[in-house]
Amino acid sequence: MEAFLVLVIVAATPFLLAGIGELVAERSGVLNLGVEGMMLMGAVTAFAVSHQTGSSVLGVIAGAGAGVAMALIFAVLALSMLANQAATGLALTIFGIGCSGMIGQSFVGEALEPLVKISVPGLTDSSAVGRVLLGQDLMVYLALAMVVAVALFLSRTRAGLGLRAVGDSHDSAHALGISVIGTRYAAVLFGGMMAGLAGAHLSLARTPFWAENMTAGRGWIALALVVFATWRPMRLVVGAYLFAMVTQLQFYGQDWGLPVASQFLAMAPYLATIAALVIISRNVALTKANAPACIGQPFRADR
Amino acid sequence: MITLEPRTAPSRFLLILSPVVAICLMLVAAAVLLLVREYINDDTIRTPDQAGLWPVLSAHLDRVARTLYVYFFQPFHEAWLSIVRPSEWLRWFYNPSEVIVKAIPLALIGAGLTICFRANVWNIGAAGQYTLGAIFAGAVALYAPSGGSPWLWLPIYMAAGVLGGMVWAAIPALLRTRFNANEILVSLMLTYVATLLLDWLVRGWWKDPAGMGFPESPDFVDPFLMPVLLQGFRLHIGLFVAVIIAIALFVMMARTLRGFEIRVIGAAPRAGAFAGFSQNRTIWFVFLLSGGLAGLAGAIEVSSTIQQLQPDISSGYGFVAIIVAFLGRLNPVGALFGALVLGVTFIGGENAQIYLKLPKNVTGVFQGMLLFFLLACDTLTRYRVRRIRIGGV
Repeated sequence: MEAFLVLVIVAATPFLLAGIGELVAERSGVLNLGVEGMMLMGAVTAFAVSHQTGSSVLGVIAGAGAGVAMALIFAVLALSMLANQAATGLALTIFGIGCSGMIGQSFVGEALEPLVKISVPGLTDSSAVGRVLLGQDLMVYLALAMVVAVALFLSRTRAGLGLRAVGDSHDSAHALGISVIGTRYAAVLFGGMMAGLAGAHLSLARTPFWAENMTAGRGWIALALVVFATWRPMRLVVGAYLFAMVTQLQFYGQDWGLPVASQFLAMAPYLATIAALVIISRNVALTKANAPACIGQPFRADR
Repeated sequence: MITLEPRTAPSRFLLILSPVVAICLMLVAAAVLLLVREYINDDTIRTPDQAGLWPVLSAHLDRVARTLYVYFFQPFHEAWLSIVRPSEWLRWFYNPSEVIVKAIPLALIGAGLTICFRANVWNIGAAGQYTLGAIFAGAVALYAPSGGSPWLWLPIYMAAGVLGGMVWAAIPALLRTRFNANEILVSLMLTYVATLLLDWLVRGWWKDPAGMGFPESPDFVDPFLMPVLLQGFRLHIGLFVAVIIAIALFVMMARTLRGFEIRVIGAAPRAGAFAGFSQNRTIWFVFLLSGGLAGLAGAIEVSSTIQQLQPDISSGYGFVAIIVAFLGRLNPVGALFGALVLGVTFIGGENAQIYLKLPKNVTGVFQGMLLFFLLACDTLTRYRVRRIRIGGV
């Protein structure tokens, strides 16, 4: 059970990182379907840089940078050139899958030391709770800190209010003098950085190797998590840990003697995503309360 | 300051020109990418006082030009001659026929997606519907008596494929219309489920007892193989199916009330509601249509080029068909041309992998770049670029 919980916390971290980034982008009114592609680029870049330099810190930074670079492509097309956001996001994912596979080709089969786990003297090793909660790598805590920071930013700061205004009514925000495109650029690039970090956590901490398409739909699940969280940061934490538990089922199901083929256990996260979407979406009042009203709509200042 | 000013109506000329420009830009970007790759992979040790940059650069450019030739032009041209030699005058046709073989499933899926996207419904799980089509049709092929008449069994086989695709597409349609669940995410999640289902089938129930332990079904036999059009080629009658369906869909969109309904609902759902058109009915219709066509594509593909069920049968057709639909200007007949272009990238990628040891993922990079450039060019069909001077209040 202890090992299971440790793995759940590790598995939840990419969901949290990518999910909180996409949440900010969506709250500013931008639907970026390219999370999967940005995560893959983050994963492969982080792995490649760590492998070449031997420094996991540089790797994490490079992974975040790769996510930002990918998000910049999206921002130029969808924000400056007013391209369809859904199509642009899909293009980003197609491009990311191909590009990460090409870069990662020479790293297939290579291994890395996983990210260092912290240890608090006297607390980490004294109990199971300590080992689960206080013995993880730093990115686990970074992810949680980012969620809290985003929650505070959105609800307590002027800039956060501006960002929500841009997402809910870009024309009004523009009339108020808020830079709609500038805000959305910042939000999309932040989303890219977080997706890049999520990828970096996958290839550096969870499974410290590179495999083609290693995200296996986690970017898409992160998108669904934002809906599940009804666009509220703190609910994202609950969703991420629930989904991480479901993804770990396939590794533990057989140990626990569940009489189900491994393929059906592997389906669990995807089916759970669908079930979660249905449960949340059928409650229109809940969905509408925080959903950004302008999501997916391009903005062009006409005066 | 540069600004975009909407055109009153999209320019028809630019609408056709945009994919051409996008393809040219992709070629340029591909050249740059390959040049960078050459530079990174170049292991020759250079010292500053050597002959200078030019000889090195020209060697790189030479290799890039050859790669681009193999990738984008050889598919129209003779190749693989050592493998196939049907007859001298037909041999130039082998590679182009392979491009068409690749284009058939893409055209079928892409044509269905054009209707979906016109209705502003985002079915991006076509790969899952394709897989279910292959599974349903595969069940017919594996359980039906062998040696039957193709006139009877091929239509049943294909109908099973259509049914499989429709069943899978009905799930996002139902969840969207009944519970308002996002169809993009639901259809995409079902793609992963479909792949795992197929994986389970070919490793379990349908595993070939004579397959030496490989995860694959028994080979399909005669009435369930697509008849080929020319001896020695793989080109099959699926070509006619794809062309007829594309034309039928074109007529439906241009000439029937249903086509009008789809366009109105897609462009202005509120206006459609006042005209008595139902958004939910449209969602059901376009999902079943595109899912059925994706299922048909899956059935045709496994009975022509693969001829059995394997864990991996789709090679990313679900996403690539989205590019096909956009390249074809969201027009079913246009999707035929879009499918040919993407077919070239697949065949070129295979050739480049064999002859030049280029990684196979280069294909995905080129395809993604093509969609980027296409979306950028399309901005110019809808907007005029204007320079304006910013004055005071």
